[in-house]
Amino acid sequence: MKNALFMKNNGYKPASRAAQLPKCPTGIQGLDEITSGGLPRGRPTLVCGGAGCGKTLLAAEFLVRGAVEFGEPGVLMAFEETEAELKANVASLGFDLAGLVRSKKIVIDYVHIEPSEVQESGDYDLEGLFVRLNHAIDSIGAKRVVLDTLEVLFAGLPNQTILRSELRRLFRWLKDKGVTAVITAERGREQLTRHGLEEYVSDCVISLDHRVNDQIATRHLRVVKYRGALHGTNEFPFLIGSEGISVLPITSLALNHKVSTERIATGIHRLDAMLGGRGFFRGSSILLTGTSGTGKTIISSNFAQAAGRRGERVLFFSFEESPNQIIRNMHSIGLRLEPLVKRGLLRFQSARPSLYGLEMHLATMFKEIAAFQPHVVIIDPITSLMDAGTDSECKGMVTRLIDYLKAGQVTSLFTSLTQGGHVLQQSESAMSSLMDAWLLLQDFEGNGERNRVLYVLKARGMAHSNQIREFLISDRGIDLVDAYIGPNGVLTGSARAAQNSLEKAALLASQQEAAQLKREVERKRTALERQINGLRSDYETEALELQRIAEQVGTRTFVLNTERAASGLLRQADANVASSTRSNSRNGRH
Amino acid sequence: MKPKPVARRASTSPRRSAKLWQLHLYVAGQTPKSQTAFSNLKKFCESHLKGCYRIRVIDLVKQPQLAKGDQILATPTVVRKLPKPMRTIIGNLFDTDRVLVGLDLRPAL
Repeated sequence: MKNALFMKNNGYKPASRAAQLPKCPTGIQGLDEITSGGLPRGRPTLVCGGAGCGKTLLAAEFLVRGAVEFGEPGVLMAFEETEAELKANVASLGFDLAGLVRSKKIVIDYVHIEPSEVQESGDYDLEGLFVRLNHAIDSIGAKRVVLDTLEVLFAGLPNQTILRSELRRLFRWLKDKGVTAVITAERGREQLTRHGLEEYVSDCVISLDHRVNDQIATRHLRVVKYRGALHGTNEFPFLIGSEGISVLPITSLALNHKVSTERIATGIHRLDAMLGGRGFFRGSSILLTGTSGTGKTIISSNFAQAAGRRGERVLFFSFEESPNQIIRNMHSIGLRLEPLVKRGLLRFQSARPSLYGLEMHLATMFKEIAAFQPHVVIIDPITSLMDAGTDSECKGMVTRLIDYLKAGQVTSLFTSLTQGGHVLQQSESAMSSLMDAWLLLQDFEGNGERNRVLYVLKARGMAHSNQIREFLISDRGIDLVDAYIGPNGVLTGSARAAQNSLEKAALLASQQEAAQLKREVERKRTALERQINGLRSDYETEALELQRIAEQVGTRTFVLNTERAASGLLRQADANVASSTRSNSRNGRH
Repeated sequence: MKPKPVARRASTSPRRSAKLWQLHLYVAGQTPKSQTAFSNLKKFCESHLKGCYRIRVIDLVKQPQLAKGDQILATPTVVRKLPKPMRTIIGNLFDTDRVLVGLDLRPAL
């Protein structure tokens, strides 16, 4: 009836929480997300799983968090472990069970059955158990009950018929009592539990599993059944950390985080210039791939320093170097990180990847991030973690991490170590799709040297340079210079320097040649002018001379004519006179 | 149903006649089941432990805190407190042979 009502309401108002069954929050990180609110309130929940997969801890955390966070006292009826053992075991998770027992928030009742000491004779029931449970519940007004592991009874009590009917009655009784109960049970071969307890608990069944994959053990949690409520049905990895259980629901994450248009500088001026002049978007995820020794950590450290200088907090996860080593090494290129560490702006977190499994790493990182509240998170290198799990697990982990960081507008920088060559690794191409920006660092080998170059392969949402840049590391830090791109291909390092000086020499030579030619022209022009001037003065001299001669000739002719006429007169030369007169008159007629 | 201490030396007791048998009968309320158990226990003691036994009946409905001490789950339960070691028999004691075995009066067949 209740279910039908819920279904109906749910059909109309999927988001309405009021329409759902009342939930009892467990307080266990992630579990309440999967079950959208917690376990069914006032009903029993079965938690089943093999040995060592965390059933008791889950149940204990349910009680402790209920008592501490939700003000709901609880009863722990333990069939396997004594009170002292339980207290010690959960103390390792930071739960003060002993204190809660003292302050009457939790009652622990250890139920012990020694089959060899018990003899059955005639009919009986388990009223004694009911009485004990009832007494424990009433003594502190408990709202939560844990029965861990009820199946011990099957070994202790030979009469299965009585036991089964009594268990049925027990679950009924728990419901009537209105307590939210967690019953743990061992996994069976072909069914969920060894003794078929799922038959009695029909409201919610959670299955725990501990699998070893490629030498790496991962715990998984699955909500097998949750009557009358929506729940995630997938297997979710979970882990038992120093603060209890945390379930990591990858599939419950949604792509709906808000985005920032703010840009943050990388600490490398030329790199900012390549990214449209202003660096990366805040809250974006950046992948930095490169072979060994291409300067990934250096770029990361620059990024960290730039953020620190802006007064932002940076969390640096290092899986290969110790914090002191990074600080020392960065010192050699003029990068001083220790002031930032002292001011509390930069925190290093170093751990070997093989120290624990992937999920544990992820949980540790989540915890650190939650505690430090960084603006920038650097993971150097993410590929080290890849060895700690299978590919799909790694991608899942990175996805979760990125989503978690993006939700908090935390900028993340992941470095990735490639094996060299030009072929990008499978894992990278898988991972790169999760990233907003991708920088590729490469080594160019030639002329007996290796030179570092940098490309921006991708930068979502911003104009970015497609050019190769040579990446120089000196004791004054790092710098990007344009690589030589010319008819001889791409040149870097000393080849680029040689090419540059060659070009400089050629330029100088041609400049000199041009100047030489210019001087030659000038010289020729002056020579020409000088020549022209010489010729002109020659001409003038000659002209004067000629004029003088012409004048002399004219004078002489006149003088001659005059003299001839005079002599003609003297000689009576009439003919000559006549002819000359005639010729004169002919000329005049002309 | 009050506790009924009976402390008479019994001539019929086959073994351990010198010892005092202290038996606790745990029941949950005055139910037919618990009354059957008490009468069966009484009958048994009279025939096997005459004169050297004490029966204490504990009603868990009235004294639930006592259930924890003797690890009582089932009712009715008879606990042999003395002689040591402790023995436990659950049920209404209908099967006398099993009671004999349970109380160590006869080795298990």
